[in-house]
Amino acid sequence: MDGPQLSWYLALSAILFTIGVVGVIIKRNVIAMFMCIELMLNAVNLTFVAFSSYFRDVTGQLFVFIVMTVAAAEAAVGLGIIITIFRNRESLDVDEASVLKL
Amino acid sequence: MITSLLFILFAGLAIGCALAVVAQRHPLYSAISLIGVFISLSCLYLMLSAPFIAAVQVIVYAGAIMVLVVFVIMLLNVEAEERRRPRLGYLVPVAVLFAAVLMGEVAFVLKSVPVPAGQPPGPADVGLTASIGVGLFTKYLLPFEITSILLLMALVGAMTLARRTPILSAAGRLVTGSKLPAPAAAVEAETQLAAEERK
Repeated sequence: MDGPQLSWYLALSAILFTIGVVGVIIKRNVIAMFMCIELMLNAVNLTFVAFSSYFRDVTGQLFVFIVMTVAAAEAAVGLGIIITIFRNRESLDVDEASVLKL
Repeated sequence: MITSLLFILFAGLAIGCALAVVAQRHPLYSAISLIGVFISLSCLYLMLSAPFIAAVQVIVYAGAIMVLVVFVIMLLNVEAEERRRPRLGYLVPVAVLFAAVLMGEVAFVLKSVPVPAGQPPGPADVGLTASIGVGLFTKYLLPFEITSILLLMALVGAMTLARRTPILSAAGRLVTGSKLPAPAAAVEAETQLAAEERK
């Protein structure tokens, strides 16, 4: 019993994911919610890498690579949407953007 | 033993930074805390013998994505969000009930499912760049190509979303006459100036 076990990594991942979910629910700023989504993606990535290392199979790390690509695409499009919302409403508060039309 | 201590150090750092992401009221402080989460997760990937993913984590997440986020925060001149009282009402006991049910489920699964001890045998060079590249270009070539198409779509979408010339006016109606307001106005002013000169 030397070194951290697989379950430690899974527990850490679950904690990080839960913090991300709580952040998405309680934050009101769009950019802060966006960063909490990134946190959740990273928690899932940690699970992928932990299982990949545990089962000695490279597939998990390949999918971490793909998840990172999706996160980069999401960042580009999401920040574009955020800029557009700010330009139209002069605010980043999600409560003020609860309807799609102005 | 030393790896356990390192795990506890980096896991504590990640959890602390994640809590700071949620607790901070200014998005810039949240962003810097999020970079802390990414760095500590990268160290955990190194401990899991995945050096390629650790490097990509630092380069792509802490480098590219967070630079983009910080750039947008600076660009939009975001102020700290004000605290407001949440209107939850009867949802609080419901949430507590469902959380208790979920915890019970997790405890049941942890009790009932046996966890195999020790690692199964396999190749030792799992996390290295060469093995990842071989997997990415042979068995998983199709997801790789789809990813490239996705990146192209994101590029076009981001440019369409963030461009300056408005297609929609402020009232939400389509601007039919003048697709490009600024150059049209400039041309109009120029013709007016020329007419005045002729007079």
